[in-house]
Amino acid sequence: MDKIISKLLFLAATSSTAILALIALFIFKEGVPIMAKSGLAHFLFGNEWRPLQGMFGIFPFIVGSLWITAGALILGVPLGVCCAVYLAEFSPKKWANILKPAIELLAGIPSVVYGFMGVMWLAPIIRTHLGGPGLSILAASCVLAIMILPTIVGVSIDAINAVPKSYKEGSLALGATEWQTVWRVILPAARSGILAGVILGMGRAVGETMAVIMISGNATIIPNNMLDSVRTLTANIAIEMGYAIGDHRQALFATGVVLFFFIMGLNMIALKFSRRKF
Amino acid sequence: MKKIEIKNLNVSFDGFHALRNVSFDIPRNEILSIIGPANSGKSTILFCINRMIERIPNVKVEGDILLDDRNIHTIKDVEELRRRIGIVYATPIPLPMTIKENILFGPKLKKRLTAAKAGELVENSLKAAVLWDEVKERLDSSALRLSGGQQQRLCIARTLAVKPEVIMFDEPCSGLDPISTAKVEEAMKELKKDHTIVLVTNNTKQAARVGDRTAFLLMGELIEIDSTDKIFTAPSKQKTEEYVTGKFG
Amino acid sequence: MRISPAITQRLAKGVLILATISALGVLIFVIGFVLAGGFRHISWSFLTEPILDMGRGGGILPAIAGTILMVFVAIGIAAPLGIASSIYLAEYTEEGRVTQTIRFGINCLAGVPSIIFGLFGFILFVVILGFGWSIISGGFSLAAMILPTIIRTSEEALRSVPKNYRDVAASLGATRWQVVTRSVLPYALPGILTGVILGIGRSIEETAVVIFTAGSAVQMPKSLFDSARTMAVHFYILAREGISNENAYATAAILICTILIINVFAYSLMHRLMRGKS
Repeated sequence: MDKIISKLLFLAATSSTAILALIALFIFKEGVPIMAKSGLAHFLFGNEWRPLQGMFGIFPFIVGSLWITAGALILGVPLGVCCAVYLAEFSPKKWANILKPAIELLAGIPSVVYGFMGVMWLAPIIRTHLGGPGLSILAASCVLAIMILPTIVGVSIDAINAVPKSYKEGSLALGATEWQTVWRVILPAARSGILAGVILGMGRAVGETMAVIMISGNATIIPNNMLDSVRTLTANIAIEMGYAIGDHRQALFATGVVLFFFIMGLNMIALKFSRRKF
Repeated sequence: MKKIEIKNLNVSFDGFHALRNVSFDIPRNEILSIIGPANSGKSTILFCINRMIERIPNVKVEGDILLDDRNIHTIKDVEELRRRIGIVYATPIPLPMTIKENILFGPKLKKRLTAAKAGELVENSLKAAVLWDEVKERLDSSALRLSGGQQQRLCIARTLAVKPEVIMFDEPCSGLDPISTAKVEEAMKELKKDHTIVLVTNNTKQAARVGDRTAFLLMGELIEIDSTDKIFTAPSKQKTEEYVTGKFG
Repeated sequence: MRISPAITQRLAKGVLILATISALGVLIFVIGFVLAGGFRHISWSFLTEPILDMGRGGGILPAIAGTILMVFVAIGIAAPLGIASSIYLAEYTEEGRVTQTIRFGINCLAGVPSIIFGLFGFILFVVILGFGWSIISGGFSLAAMILPTIIRTSEEALRSVPKNYRDVAASLGATRWQVVTRSVLPYALPGILTGVILGIGRSIEETAVVIFTAGSAVQMPKSLFDSARTMAVHFYILAREGISNENAYATAAILICTILIINVFAYSLMHRLMRGKS
């Protein structure tokens, strides 16, 4: 009896890995043939996305994803790490217990709501004060910066809390101020954990779909500056999936393959960092 | 008459040799005290006897342990063995439920009980552990609200409820005050009538007070085993004498 | 000139507090923005009437029903599977190569972006298995997405139960399974429930997965094989296609309230678990 239960539990435990394998299998099966057909280099670095003419170049979307993600990191990482340091090292314990879940709540707000806010509020501001179409890299980066905040804050707080208390006490005993201790002892010791949080945040930003569709403008061109409208890899899939057939649909799955590799790469790096201790 | 026979017991954890060639008998209806300094392998012997040691990863156990002349490793149902050999741990570990539920936890693993049977079992177990008078009014309140000494006697009662033949105590009084300790020892002496008792302790005075026989263990080796009087008044080994007179340990 | 450490500390602390306040400010702003715009339009009839004229009129009852049904399917699959996985990982095995592989699968699955789950669910459930755009397809895909959340949270909950309890149960003659069901699960239950509730929250706020696998029918679903839209999808369509800003705001307000309640509930459960531990 106990043996059977043990087997069943093991089977359940392998389900995640099995699902991951199934995802890879089906996405690749649908997507890889078209990559081969149009040539990997053409697919990845082609500038023209004209599904009706059978031209599938996703380079503009790769660039779009990278721009938006970079923007989100530039805005979100300093903010997130600052929050984490404050909550882990400076704020009264009682406050931290309320503030941390409050910031985690940012992740609970549906991404479409962020997109909606971007459209209704942020994009018009950008359009009137900075010019351009409003729906732009800048708008998307701002919104994504907020969306990745909980990931960065959460993982960074864990990393900071994992630094042995003795490091801090040792430094304070030598006459360092709290800030000096944080800056010279704790942050360097928590570096790899914080980096893992940043990379996980990056993964979230690259993978975000609905908010980005709503506020990035979705132009299929390579952008010149932060105020241009762009389309990301994720947006490309989501926008055209509804009506795509044949080669076109396969090309969207191929976009998924690229995205999948991208995210898996980021996950591996994050795992590496989060395993490293000090 | 012997209840348990230990033959050439060797145990190593991750290469650390915790017990070396330990052999001795545990007689029926007596209290055997096992004394010795910390980390000399006293508790390890207990975990071998009820096979709880199998729950720890990377342990190697060699040698035989016989219970009523039967090798315990041939007992297929390890749960049955553990019901026959109860253990009370160093720190009281009441489960976070009521006093009554704690007592009935073990019996209910095996079968359903009628309310009358359950009540009787609770009363008898608590009486045997010398706790009944103190808690009979509040059997349905949380076990966590008892004092440390009461919690430890509750743990004894909980062990008794599964009707074990052998009860092993793993330094049961290390966290208790002298009055609570006296009560636990009183319970032990009562229990000896129907049970075989093994008491691991690093309090030599306790061993002298309650033990019929005493075994002295040092760094995983059995130095000496004899009647308690002999061990404390005229031990045959110098190490034993030095330990019981407080020269080390 | 060197600035004194005391002043640096004060400056640094100011910056950190500012960052934390702005993160919270964003949270309050987003919630306030949506609620202020939406509450005026919420009425009893909005909650209980069918969707009329693609969402221009009527209420959102079908979307509410779709959300509830899809969450039920998703949790019905993910909760047993996830809890069983976590029991295997926490109680039935030693850390080793097998658990490393399983954990790797869980970590990677957690990082897979929702659009990929959408593609996967579409090709496997909608097309290959022939469930079509349906609540079943949507629920299955959501289940795959929330599985890692449930596994991680409940494993943490299981590990927070003192090791002693297991020893006591085993020493009283409990089998391995009895140890788990009688002396571990009861005390890990609040934590496990937290994981399940977080999974519910994730399912409710998700849009990309649902839109590809469950479609967006406006009718009241009659069976699990009918297409249906969730509140998040309904909101997305209203906002994106500019159908009705009023109804979009109202739907968003209801979504946000639901998410808020769910998160507060999950957090208070978690809090109780931690208090019980100390």
